[in-house]
Amino acid sequence: MERRSLRKKELVLQGNEACAKGAIYAGCRFFAGYPITPSTEIIEMMSAEMQKSGGAFIQMEDEIGSACAIIGARWGGKKAMTATSGPGYTLMQEAIGFAAVTETPIVIVNVQRGGPSTGQPTLSSQQDIYQARYGSHGDYEIIVLTPSSVQEMFDFTVRAFELAEQFRTPVIVLADEVVGHMREKIAVEGGSKIIESVKHQYVVSPQADFFQGKNTMVEGQLHDEQGRRIGHLAKRSGEFINDINRKISDNTDIIASIDTYFMEDADVAIVAYGSVARPSLNAVKLARGVKDGRIASKLRIVKDLFRKGVQETLHTDYSHLKVGLVKINTVWPFPEKLLKEAAKNADIIIVPEMNVGKYFREIERVFKDKAVISMPKCGGDIHTPKEILDKILEEAGINE
Amino acid sequence: MNKLYEKYIKTESLPTLFCPGCGNGIIQFAAANAMDELGIKDDIACVSGIGCSSWIPCYYKMDVMHTMHGRALAFAEGLKLARPDKKIMVFTGDGDCLAIGGNHLLHAASRNIDLTVIMVNNYIYGMTGGQKSPSTPKGAITKTSPFGCIDEPINGCRLVMSLGASYVARWTTAHPVQLAKSIKDGLMHRGFSFIEVLSQCPVQAGKSIYGEKDPAKIMRLYKENTYLYKEGKTRIEGKIPIGVFRNDDGAEEYIEKTEARLREQGIERTESWSVSQ
Repeated sequence: MERRSLRKKELVLQGNEACAKGAIYAGCRFFAGYPITPSTEIIEMMSAEMQKSGGAFIQMEDEIGSACAIIGARWGGKKAMTATSGPGYTLMQEAIGFAAVTETPIVIVNVQRGGPSTGQPTLSSQQDIYQARYGSHGDYEIIVLTPSSVQEMFDFTVRAFELAEQFRTPVIVLADEVVGHMREKIAVEGGSKIIESVKHQYVVSPQADFFQGKNTMVEGQLHDEQGRRIGHLAKRSGEFINDINRKISDNTDIIASIDTYFMEDADVAIVAYGSVARPSLNAVKLARGVKDGRIASKLRIVKDLFRKGVQETLHTDYSHLKVGLVKINTVWPFPEKLLKEAAKNADIIIVPEMNVGKYFREIERVFKDKAVISMPKCGGDIHTPKEILDKILEEAGINE
Repeated sequence: MNKLYEKYIKTESLPTLFCPGCGNGIIQFAAANAMDELGIKDDIACVSGIGCSSWIPCYYKMDVMHTMHGRALAFAEGLKLARPDKKIMVFTGDGDCLAIGGNHLLHAASRNIDLTVIMVNNYIYGMTGGQKSPSTPKGAITKTSPFGCIDEPINGCRLVMSLGASYVARWTTAHPVQLAKSIKDGLMHRGFSFIEVLSQCPVQAGKSIYGEKDPAKIMRLYKENTYLYKEGKTRIEGKIPIGVFRNDDGAEEYIEKTEARLREQGIERTESWSVSQ
């Protein structure tokens, strides 16, 4: 979320464009997709960029085909990605399960829109948080990253390719319409990053890419090290399921990532992910009375929007109010250890999210001794800093 | 054991899960024969979907992807585009290819992408126990058409020809030599090659489709009820045409089209397409 100064090239990009640029930087050389709002800018950019490089692009007949094609391409030795939104993401679920069971490193971007069904094609949501975790049938673990800025659209896409190769697993970049369509200045490195596949470190069925003369067998049925089916053998199948799940869950420490802001002495903690982390941080800064250059301009916007109410709020001194933010970068696997440590001193935890209050359940589960408060918002509008600030005041018992 | 089998089959995976009398073994052998005659086994990979026929390549000593129901073509297209220098052979069945995978078939055929598709047509869903498929003849009584199938059967060969597939053939398991030749031609052909093989399922289709459970007798029916297609020759009513329906070397293939378009636009690739990373 914070601006970086060490990077070389500064660009003003849209979130979706930054995602495509991140993929290219990470060595992605195959993209298959199907246009869907609000992710379409990614397929548009990749259609040109893949063909100009040594990669390939194909617009498939649907999202099912797109997800399958990137798995095929990865076994052909090309790093591969697709991007979609709600309805298309639903269609990809079977292929996500296939990639998990065949240990295929692929990256799928879901720029979330409002659902269910056709829902709200042009408005934002975080309603797919559980579909990202449990969308495909059967027991599997998955890695899901939630970018909250244009910079993170770039960085997390690169990280997704790294994690996919490291753990030989599908990785989901769970963005949303807000970060997908916003424009910000970001800093990127030129050239491309070499992401080596960490050879079989965590892999259950270590298999070479195709055309290496290794007789690779990619099998959707539960299988042994050589890819031969074991689905009819209960004991070995049970072991396979355990291994493939523990490959991710036992490595949560390596995968999990959070950022903390003002948490050192915080009594009230906001826990947020994706675009909602932005108004959350602003609310925290408002509460703390922090006024740097960036927050000052944000305050003007907030003032315009909320006029009188905010004027009053801004003129009230809440500097005694100790509020912090935990921004979750990897929603799955659930970063339980990091979160517990970060919020251990807080008494109240507020969880704003653009859905009916889903991720809240996970957080409530790990903080049995704290007051965990859900702050759901549906309909397509992101929480405003004022709304979150009001919630903080309400929960802290400072109701005007 | 046959030498070709030793060379191409993972003997440790035997026995196969095919029922006695199944036509899959004949097709497996014909495809191995074709690959062996071409001598390019290391430059071919197999992709298959779900169903009895999709298990055919799983016993080959080569790179094989046994994928999702109906989606073999989508996986194969990704693999082909990642490695345009290699050959991809797709094994699929009538249900896998024409029902659940119908949309992918339409688009792969109309792209004329360089894949060799072997669609094993046994007229029925064999693995799940004998339900009607898109190619089940009208009137046939199956587990899910207990009063007789009312749907017109889909003709896969005619469908892909209408879409621009550039090599299209149909054979039966009673024509293994011709089938092997067609697979060989299909692999050498640059474009979408679609080879339908009528194959006996004595267990599930025996009773409901053929009224005959003896595999040898079903194969005799294939000989008696088919005629060799030749251009200009009149159709024989009540019989199924077999042979090569189209072999168009002039048709532009998908990857060729892509490259031609980039050249036209003066776009130079910064890296070579075909080389693996």
